Amino acid sequence: MNLPEVVFLVMSAVAIASAVLAVGSRHLVHSALWLVVTLGAVAGCFVLMTAELLAWVQVLVYVGAVVVLVVFALMLTRSPTGARSAEVTANRPVAAVLGLLAAVGLGATVVAGFSGERITGARPGTAESIGDALFNHWVLGFEVLSVVLLAALIAAIVLSRSGSER
Amino acid sequence: MPLLYPLLLSSALFGIGLYGVLARRNAVLVLVGVELMLNAVTLQLVAYDAWFAETLHTGQVLTLFVIALAAAEIGLGLAIVLAMFRGTGTIDVDATAEHEAQT
Repeated sequence: MNLPEVVFLVMSAVAIASAVLAVGSRHLVHSALWLVVTLGAVAGCFVLMTAELLAWVQVLVYVGAVVVLVVFALMLTRSPTGARSAEVTANRPVAAVLGLLAAVGLGATVVAGFSGERITGARPGTAESIGDALFNHWVLGFEVLSVVLLAALIAAIVLSRSGSER
Repeated sequence: MPLLYPLLLSSALFGIGLYGVLARRNAVLVLVGVELMLNAVTLQLVAYDAWFAETLHTGQVLTLFVIALAAAEIGLGLAIVLAMFRGTGTIDVDATAEHEAQT
């Protein structure tokens, strides 16, 4: 076992532990901050899988924008931020069983399908190679996505207007 | 690196995210669970891309698209949560379900 594999396993342990804390923490704000740790650890895993551009996109978009939005929403909805403020629903045992079943099922599937395969890192996802693929072969999807983003932006503005103006 | 490491990590993250979506009462934290599930998907796509190593970089480009869609989704989702808060005064999903049932 070489160094990248050890670092990857450490990152995986950090990601799983902080994800458990993000869905299980009693403090609302702590949940959002544990999400930052999870997303950062996943970005580290991207680097170790030679996807360096995606690691930076992950840090910029998720850690930089999504988590800030989540914290803003927690403040704007005046959610109670003290201890024991993040109550869980009564169907928590069912949720735990379903989550465990999903994880075990997916894990069994990938073990059955891909055990023994190895990532060689023959074509690293640098900014140059990803940009080349994106703007030479995936231009249509890229443009459609920009329209989707514009539609989502307009929809969010319409939804966020105060009700008195309508 | 064995391909199984990222795939198993992705399976675990997906299960944890599913638990978060089903078990949380606060609507904002339900969205946090959705983000965890989307991250599991992107991790899986990047792993397959690094394993398959083709010139089109399908997995990583699709991951970029998923990240952009996730940003749009969280923006819209939080706008809906804020509208729900203005309408009902709470973002507790259980309380909202009961509110809907009464009216």
